[in-house]
Amino acid sequence: MTPVLATSDLAVGYSGRPVVEHIDLTLLPGQALSLVGVNGSGKSTLLKTIAGLLEPISGEMKVFGDVPGAAPNRVAYLGQFHAAAEGLLPMQVRDVVLMARYRRRGLLGRLTRADHAAVEASLERLEIGRLATKPLRALSGGQQRRVHLAHVLASEADLLLLDEPTAGLDAGANERYAQLIREELDRGASVAVATHDVRDAARADCVVLLAGRVIAAGAPRDVLTQEQLAHAFGIALLAIPHGDHTDLIVPEDAHAHDEHGMHDRHGHA
Amino acid sequence: MRSLISPFLNNPFMTRSLIAGILVAVSCSIAGTFVVLRGLAFLGDALAHGVLPGVAGALLLGAPGVLGAAVGAGLMIGGVNLVTRKSRLSSDTAIGLLFVGMLGLGVMMVSRSTSFTGDIVGILFGEILGVSRSDIVQQAIALVVVGVFARVFARPLLMLSFDPEQADIAGWPSRRFETLLLLMVTVCVVMSFQTVGTLLVFGMLLAPAGTGALIARRVWAMMAWGALFGSLSVWAGLLISYHFDLAAGASVVVVAVALFFVVFTIQAVRESLAQRRTGSVAPVG
Repeated sequence: MTPVLATSDLAVGYSGRPVVEHIDLTLLPGQALSLVGVNGSGKSTLLKTIAGLLEPISGEMKVFGDVPGAAPNRVAYLGQFHAAAEGLLPMQVRDVVLMARYRRRGLLGRLTRADHAAVEASLERLEIGRLATKPLRALSGGQQRRVHLAHVLASEADLLLLDEPTAGLDAGANERYAQLIREELDRGASVAVATHDVRDAARADCVVLLAGRVIAAGAPRDVLTQEQLAHAFGIALLAIPHGDHTDLIVPEDAHAHDEHGMHDRHGHA
Repeated sequence: MRSLISPFLNNPFMTRSLIAGILVAVSCSIAGTFVVLRGLAFLGDALAHGVLPGVAGALLLGAPGVLGAAVGAGLMIGGVNLVTRKSRLSSDTAIGLLFVGMLGLGVMMVSRSTSFTGDIVGILFGEILGVSRSDIVQQAIALVVVGVFARVFARPLLMLSFDPEQADIAGWPSRRFETLLLLMVTVCVVMSFQTVGTLLVFGMLLAPAGTGALIARRVWAMMAWGALFGSLSVWAGLLISYHFDLAAGASVVVVAVALFFVVFTIQAVRESLAQRRTGSVAPVG
């Protein structure tokens, strides 16, 4: 089986300066990968490199057995920030989601019934069907985030790269998001998520703990230990027992840094 | 009522000015829509002014001004790309440097000849009342080129306006399509400078599209509103110029900017009233 993602001694960063080095990863179809760490730890940089938005500094990386960016139809990406959030772009919600289908049809190819069906299904899955004809700029931040998630789902890609996907979502939408990710994994898609949320990360098949370097990588139970999380986040975590398991809570102060100054425009819950 | 139409019916030069102006307004609103959405106003401004040395050089050499303008715009785009890529300077610094450099160079070239004074006023402010049939044909070609560009590359340009990273992911490199957008702007500037001039064409790129952005719910509607407001500005500006003996090109652009502020004020008042009715600003849903 060709891995969705395979890296070997990979270094990622900006302008030739590595942010994280020595990354060895393999992600198979239907698997979920979580990248966990504070801002500036290299999560977004790694996701952008997998997406083909940044060149690797050194080492090897294959996405679907090829160089990153070689299979645009198979990869969907949700960044932290969208120009549309500035409030100027005159676009309706449905139009934004429909753009996810453009890559399949090229410059002038006619959009098909399947394209429109994928868009409507994504709107319904994110429970924003009633907002389909509303201007994007009239929506709240959380609603815009749901539109962006619908855009990603409508692409029906085999690899979903999500950078802080739950930023700005309320508790109900957060739960819905978790369910949608399970559905995507069930259909055979792979998902890589950059997150601060340790509980969210614990649902993945593989977790990579980052703090400018790879602190630990592997199964959640081996990686998300209190000691290693304290190392990654630079603070002691709060352990809250719930019956047969323990929740590790990351206090707000752990999110104080800012990755590259401009990449993180959203607050973090 | 007759005074609103008769100047265009009774004076062939006014008819030609109206047609040329409307062609400029429509092509500028198409390119200007993406300039406004992409936030490239400063580069558009620099591009409009940066053609000056090209035009001046062409006139000194006896070559067509359009050719010189195209060379000037090409140097401007190439220079900004080079400085942005090869240095750590931000693009606005690169644009600013080239902007003043090209403008200064243009003025230096003009100062070489005393007989150039009339030409430079024409370059900067245009001679919309002096457009010929061939100018109109030229404008029509520019409109067709810009329209075809916008139609063929609508999807990448929309994605670029939405989020450059999404355009990159889709296999449409944002840098390449941003350059294409600048080429569209260049076509507008080069083909319009004889009508409204290099200083004022920038107003036609921004003001009608900006007005459209205030009221449109879709990008194509923004273009259509821009074309409508731009054409209205041409008509009203030419009338003001005719009846009050004022500079025609400047009158057109001042009307375009004034329309923006009229629509902006109406929108602000409407939003304020709507907020009072609901008691607060509530997002949709």
